Amino acid sequence: MATIKAAIPGVFYRRPSPTDDPYVREGDTIVPGQTIALIEVMKNFNEVKAEQGGTVAGFLIEDGDEVTIGEDIVELKD
Amino acid sequence: MSDVLVRKGGLHTTVQDKGRDGYYSLGMPPSGAMDQYSYRVANMLVGNPDGAAALEATYVGPTLEFTDDRYVAVTGADAPVTINGEPVERWSTLRVRAGDVLEFAMLSAGARLYVAVSGGIGVEEYLGSRSTYTLTGLGGFQGRALKDDDRLPLDDDGATPPAVGSTLTEKLRPAFPHVATLRTMIGLCSYRVTKDSMREFSEVPWKVTKDADRIGYRLRGGRLRFVDRKPPHGAGSDPANVVDLGYPIGSIQVPGGDEPIVLLNDAVTAGGYATVGTVISVDRDTIAQTKSGDQVRFEPVDLDTALAARRDRRDRLERARASLRR
Repeated sequence: MATIKAAIPGVFYRRPSPTDDPYVREGDTIVPGQTIALIEVMKNFNEVKAEQGGTVAGFLIEDGDEVTIGEDIVELKD
Repeated sequence: MSDVLVRKGGLHTTVQDKGRDGYYSLGMPPSGAMDQYSYRVANMLVGNPDGAAALEATYVGPTLEFTDDRYVAVTGADAPVTINGEPVERWSTLRVRAGDVLEFAMLSAGARLYVAVSGGIGVEEYLGSRSTYTLTGLGGFQGRALKDDDRLPLDDDGATPPAVGSTLTEKLRPAFPHVATLRTMIGLCSYRVTKDSMREFSEVPWKVTKDADRIGYRLRGGRLRFVDRKPPHGAGSDPANVVDLGYPIGSIQVPGGDEPIVLLNDAVTAGGYATVGTVISVDRDTIAQTKSGDQVRFEPVDLDTALAARRDRRDRLERARASLRR
């Protein structure tokens, strides 16, 4: 199954802010270029954009966890 | 003069050189390339003079389109590089033509990439340096990190670089170990921390947190205890505080005892936190190539060792230069 990987290290967030809904949920269909999460590093919140489209099968890391470069964060099914 | 078209700026890409030395006493940090070794080799590979301005990219490389013929080299962190989609060597003298596009894929080790272009980045000097100091918006390209669609000026290209395809041997490239060792001179205010805690300081691995940038690296992993005392006038009640002093570049302060901060090229120059040690200048190259989530260890060394390390880096740079001679 295809995955979306983190391109930068930092802390992973699924919501634009703590009181907002997640960008995407399991079962959602996403399109290339769509923002699906944030990674906080160097005092900035950086948008994680999907390089490819598909249906979100699941998130592989938890909201607020640390990620490293190249780590799988989302699993996609066609 | 010509321009480079910045198609994508990357995450945090700035113009840097050897640094803006001589103004520390006024509160102006030197800025400059964080990994001086990789920066200097990049200039050698394109035939630039030692202090020419180059690009430093953190975590994500920029996408650059050239508008004339140039020599280019990419050094520093490990990340696949392409020109017009074709893989090219890193640490190597490359030739680009007008319209060629240099691009990076995802980084696999290290943290900072350097891109040198023959002629050098042609931004105006500010106080004798082209380095960017983003905190106050001075120097470099408009005092800031590059953005998509910037046009970056290049100086005229009179360079005689090594032959195209000349590549630095792996032995002379930096390694990116799992736990990076940072040789450290203990002091100036290590007397504020208990003996046991100073031992812990140099024994535990410290993890680089998300708060790690050109200003400083915040670390986590141990908990240091301070020696009890009645604070002297001007120090304040926090046990991590002392009467204000100048901070050496590379100095390590320990607010709270559990979050050491290593001050780096863009850091504040003075303040009132106890600095328990200073990473030696050569090993600032090493910390510059660690990223959030990586681990570092502080290894206490004496001044002779620090100076020997500096001579050794100079020798390595000269060996690199000799090996690339055309």
